[in-house]
Amino acid sequence: MSQLATTSARYRRRKLLDKAMTVMAYLCTLAAIVPLVLVLVYVAIKGLGAWSPQFFTGLPQLFGNGGGIYNAIIGTVIIVGLASLMGIPFGIMAGIYLAEYGNNHLGSLIRFTTDVMTGIPSIVVGIFAYGLLVVSMGGFNAFAGAFSLAILMVPIITRTTEEMIRLVPGSIREAALALGAPRWKTIVYVVVPTALGGIMTGILLSIARVAGETAPLILTILGSNFLNTRIFQGPVAALPLQIYDFSRSPYAGVIEAAWGASLVLVLMVLILSLAARLILARRGST
Amino acid sequence: MESEKTKEESKPFEDPEKKPDARQRSVEPQPAYRGEPAASAMVAERLSAYYGAFKALADINISIQQNKITALIGPSGCGKSTFVRCLNRMHEVTPGGRIEGKLLLYGEDVCGRDVDPVQVRRKVGMVFQKPNPFPTMSIYDNVIAGLKLGGRRKSSELSEVVERTLRQAALWDEVKDKLKESGMALSGGQQQRLCIARTLAVEPEVVLMDEPASALDPVSTQKIEDAMEELKERYTVVIVTHNMQQAARISDYTGFFYIENMGDPGRLWEFDETSKIFSSPNRKETEDYVTGRFG
Ligand SMILES: Nc1ncnc2c1ncn2[C@@H]1O[C@H](COP(=O)(O)OP(=O)(O)OP(=O)(O)O)[C@@H](O)[C@H]1O
Ligand SMILES: [Mg+2]
Repeated sequence: MSQLATTSARYRRRKLLDKAMTVMAYLCTLAAIVPLVLVLVYVAIKGLGAWSPQFFTGLPQLFGNGGGIYNAIIGTVIIVGLASLMGIPFGIMAGIYLAEYGNNHLGSLIRFTTDVMTGIPSIVVGIFAYGLLVVSMGGFNAFAGAFSLAILMVPIITRTTEEMIRLVPGSIREAALALGAPRWKTIVYVVVPTALGGIMTGILLSIARVAGETAPLILTILGSNFLNTRIFQGPVAALPLQIYDFSRSPYAGVIEAAWGASLVLVLMVLILSLAARLILARRGST
Repeated sequence: MESEKTKEESKPFEDPEKKPDARQRSVEPQPAYRGEPAASAMVAERLSAYYGAFKALADINISIQQNKITALIGPSGCGKSTFVRCLNRMHEVTPGGRIEGKLLLYGEDVCGRDVDPVQVRRKVGMVFQKPNPFPTMSIYDNVIAGLKLGGRRKSSELSEVVERTLRQAALWDEVKDKLKESGMALSGGQQQRLCIARTLAVEPEVVLMDEPASALDPVSTQKIEDAMEELKERYTVVIVTHNMQQAARISDYTGFFYIENMGDPGRLWEFDETSKIFSSPNRKETEDYVTGRFG
């Protein structure tokens, strides 16, 4: 009898503790989500007012309503696209190497290097690109900016690619080898396609990460009020730089344009992140 | 005829493109061998296998007969899987995997220093215990995967190959209307038959099967056994099984693997015609095992 009573007391205490912990977990989740939602809502409210057809087709002005961000959008697309062209193949191949052939000293070294690279402040990468490409090429240029962003992308892509390839079951690999496929064909035609969903996710996340980078761009493409589609010559505009420029203006209309540009940038990153999630979810279910 | 045969078989590692009659030969059944004492497809002499320092198999001597089904039985852990993986050099894919001794395929050394394991695996195909279709490929692409991965791709022949091998694997009727669907959408038993078809599409000389039906229901098992009966017309089959009835039903020869004392490597304890193994084996352990008294 008394036995039962103590158990039930203990049980009540356990249940109480369980409740308390659950509530704590909810609160922490909320604390993590609230700032994100606030930022999104705030940027949307402040930024939507600046949106107009001219805002997307015009060039920036230092007064009035700030003009448009056409050149900044194009600049960001060019620079991020160019960075992807450089960073994605490099990152994927490094990831394949680490997963398939990287169980040796060289592999550990590369893995350590990528981990360090993930932690390097982006301004340092910017200075590096400045010294290497801006000075030697005689001025700010899009290529130097893309190069610095690519450096930031590579470690992210490398590590996700490695993780995803390691997740491919050994039985699939053995099946291909047992059919008389050489090792490299097994990797290219069987292993990588099986891991492709995860690899794509890593790529999109890395693009989202660098699309908003500002510091290295200040040192490499500088920013510009004009449209410049040349890759190796002249300052180029980009969304983060344009936001920075707009926001330092004394005019309220120009400040509003900064919010409008921020909204564009946030949406671009959000869409990329969501696409990454979607791809991973779809792949995961099959 | 015998000598002609061996001569033709004596270069099994050449590029199949350069040797067009290699494929035709295996297409026609080989009546010359019916009723005659069969020739050896594969021979192992004093074969030992290691995982790093651990010796898993010792001194295996066996002669696997052409166009026959050879069953390998024995208690768990005695090295049956290790042995079949030696036969197509998949053993060396395992980290630390190493072979000693001699292994011949139609008289030619399989483990020679300048023998490409990739070529061996095209001659000696393998079906695994767990069905492992390629998840990103359709049923059709799964079947021809071996041909594409091996670099043979006369696309005009491919759909013929798909139909023929799926029929051989007793799967055609169930999938003929959904060849473009993912191989993962099939049941486990169907997936396993798909894996058999995939192995056959490469036109191997020898087909190794490591407990191909262990995860399957009796109906799927029956279908796979039926398929094997036809396979031996054209292929040499080696099958590992824990199912005594299955071994007795389908095989012509049976090898019993056994570990006498804990920690010893596995050995081929007895090898004989299946009827002999199951009625009057020479060794007591074999008899105990096949009659279910231990193991
Ligand atoms: N990858 C491996 N690394 C180290 N040892 C292994 C490895 N695979 C198998 N072994 C060992 O080799 C021995 C033979 O294993 P094997 O898988 O060939 O047995 P088996 O006869 O196929 O058993 P089962 O009937 O359970 O499938 C066992 O002692 C096992 O522990
Ligand atoms: Mg086994």
